[in-house]
Amino acid sequence: MTLLRPDSTFYPSARQAMQAPPERFGYVGFLNVGNGKPDGIAVVDLDPASATYSQILNKIEFPHVGDEVHHFGWNACSSALCPSSAHPHLERRYLLVPTLRTSRIYVIDTKPDPIQARIVKIVDADEVASRAGYSRLHTVHCGPDAIYVNALGGTNDGQGPGGIFMLDHYNFDVLGAWEIDRGPQHLAYDFWWHIGHDVMVTSEWATPAMFENGLNVEDIVNQRFGHALHFWDLRRRRHIQTVDLGAENQMVLELRPAHNPNKTYGFVGVVTNTTDLSSSIWTWYQEQGEWKAKKTIHIPAEPADADHLPDILKPFGAVPPLVTDIDLSLDDRYLYVSCWGTGELRQYDVSDPLNPRLTGSVRLGGVTAKAAHPNGTPLNGGPQMVEISRDGKRVYVTNSLYSTWDDQFYPGLRGWLVKLNANAEGGFAIDPDFFVDFGDTRPHQVRLEGGDASTDSYCFS
Amino acid sequence: MHPPTHTASPSELGLWLILAGFGVYHGLNPAMGWLFALARGLQQENPRAVWIALVPIAIGHAASIALAAMIVLALKEFIAMNTLQTATALMLIAFGVYKLMNWYRHPRWVGMRVSLPELAGWSFLMATAHGAGLMAAPALLGVMEMDGLGGMSHSAGANVWLAVSIHTLAMLLTMAIIAWVVYRRLGLMVLRTGWVNFDLIWSVALLFVGGIAFVTAI
Repeated sequence: MTLLRPDSTFYPSARQAMQAPPERFGYVGFLNVGNGKPDGIAVVDLDPASATYSQILNKIEFPHVGDEVHHFGWNACSSALCPSSAHPHLERRYLLVPTLRTSRIYVIDTKPDPIQARIVKIVDADEVASRAGYSRLHTVHCGPDAIYVNALGGTNDGQGPGGIFMLDHYNFDVLGAWEIDRGPQHLAYDFWWHIGHDVMVTSEWATPAMFENGLNVEDIVNQRFGHALHFWDLRRRRHIQTVDLGAENQMVLELRPAHNPNKTYGFVGVVTNTTDLSSSIWTWYQEQGEWKAKKTIHIPAEPADADHLPDILKPFGAVPPLVTDIDLSLDDRYLYVSCWGTGELRQYDVSDPLNPRLTGSVRLGGVTAKAAHPNGTPLNGGPQMVEISRDGKRVYVTNSLYSTWDDQFYPGLRGWLVKLNANAEGGFAIDPDFFVDFGDTRPHQVRLEGGDASTDSYCFS
Repeated sequence: MHPPTHTASPSELGLWLILAGFGVYHGLNPAMGWLFALARGLQQENPRAVWIALVPIAIGHAASIALAAMIVLALKEFIAMNTLQTATALMLIAFGVYKLMNWYRHPRWVGMRVSLPELAGWSFLMATAHGAGLMAAPALLGVMEMDGLGGMSHSAGANVWLAVSIHTLAMLLTMAIIAWVVYRRLGLMVLRTGWVNFDLIWSVALLFVGGIAFVTAI
């Protein structure tokens, strides 16, 4: 808590947050798979003026092995200034790191020393299970009234439904499941909201039983993965509408609602289409009170010789783009799209949300392309988690998706973090002077000092 | 009981000013209403929405103060004034200590899309949970004891309702001025530096008022 004034990283609006100073540190979740070492959070120097720029300054290792760190987030953000539930003297201080396999939450204190951050509390799986009825913890969002966390599984051995629960702002106690009426929702993946409209949006991946031991292609062919969006009354915690994108659109993942709280549109990525292995981006929007979604970006699969493909892709003779993460700049202008399969990172101008315009593309790794970094380092894996600085000028991308799936698409994956510089009027390029080699550990989500483009919610336009 | 007087003494005038002053103070706190009104104006892209929202916020706040007033008016029938004053002072001190320990906790009820009646309900909840009525109670007890403003003869009840009105008008006026200045002149970035910890100041104020009331009562 701050004693006198609000945390200086809180901004009333996204537009104003773009004036924030550049980040000096980044926190990167990393996995260790099969080597007996724990996962953790790496602190990376992002300050070009620093002597240790582009180096890992510290690794905060977890006390357990096999957690599967995935997404994580700050305890508090600009939503604390929301007038309906103002908590203006919260402090952006703790990183909450849910674990996807073991269902814990590590609470990491980044003060007083942001580099020597340390674990100060562990919320264990039993507390989450007994108070909220969930497991396989996934994403964190800082709300104005509580910390929201979602989970992909129930407490019934790898089945659903997945859902959302809340943590107390101050002591991180589990407050309970968020949903009062979940309607037909069963599968879970991501969640976020239109905070100015009291609307929650959730997406669908799979039950833990379907993903934990690796991707079973049969599940895609038989269209067993999630293919819908769910809209909820954020305030009354009730399901209001399902928008089905069609069963051929398998795995509906990252949700990026417009940062401007007056708007009612957003973007979601679909990993693959069962008819042609393409990926797609859909724009959701509200029309006369109804939520609708329209496919606005189509990214085709790239044909490839089966000899150059990993076993899982040999039957298809093609590399699917596998859009697994997208991110929207704070001015709601640029959407970045990670094609983890083909190894491409795309930038679209989405000023007109129903008519995105491709404004840039770079290649990094890829199943067959194997594009090297401009500094000459060969890359395997492909762009996956993507994060944008608040001013929209820098983009960071890592290459690990999920332990067992990494092994299927990129056997022997070696981790990296790459930085790209974006031009104000569109287009972007890989920064040749920045490269963090994670070796045989696998980096996933990046969180930037002071906030980034997928953390804060704003109640003012 | 004091003998009836025909002109407001300085201390009596002081009581009315204190009630108006509490109104100004409650009006200043962004968490009490004006910021919500401002957000509605920005959301609806309509300055009128700001002013319209201030009315239910003031009504909700007035209802919370009026509730406190009704309670003290009712208790006055059964409890000796001095005992009531002492009890109010002790409650204020106890609540002040509680708020000092929990200043960062706030009610969680609404979202950003609320109807005007809900906005009044929210304002009532915020004022009540933060002890706005309790803070005004010693002054309300004070005005029961005296004649009306300007020497007019008033019953204790009429004085109390006048007090609630003065308090609310002061709050409404303050909210309107602040909202206007922030909306038209300063811009929302002022929140980053100007949103001082009203909650902590509030708890200290509760203790301060409780202390004064206690000393006055004994």
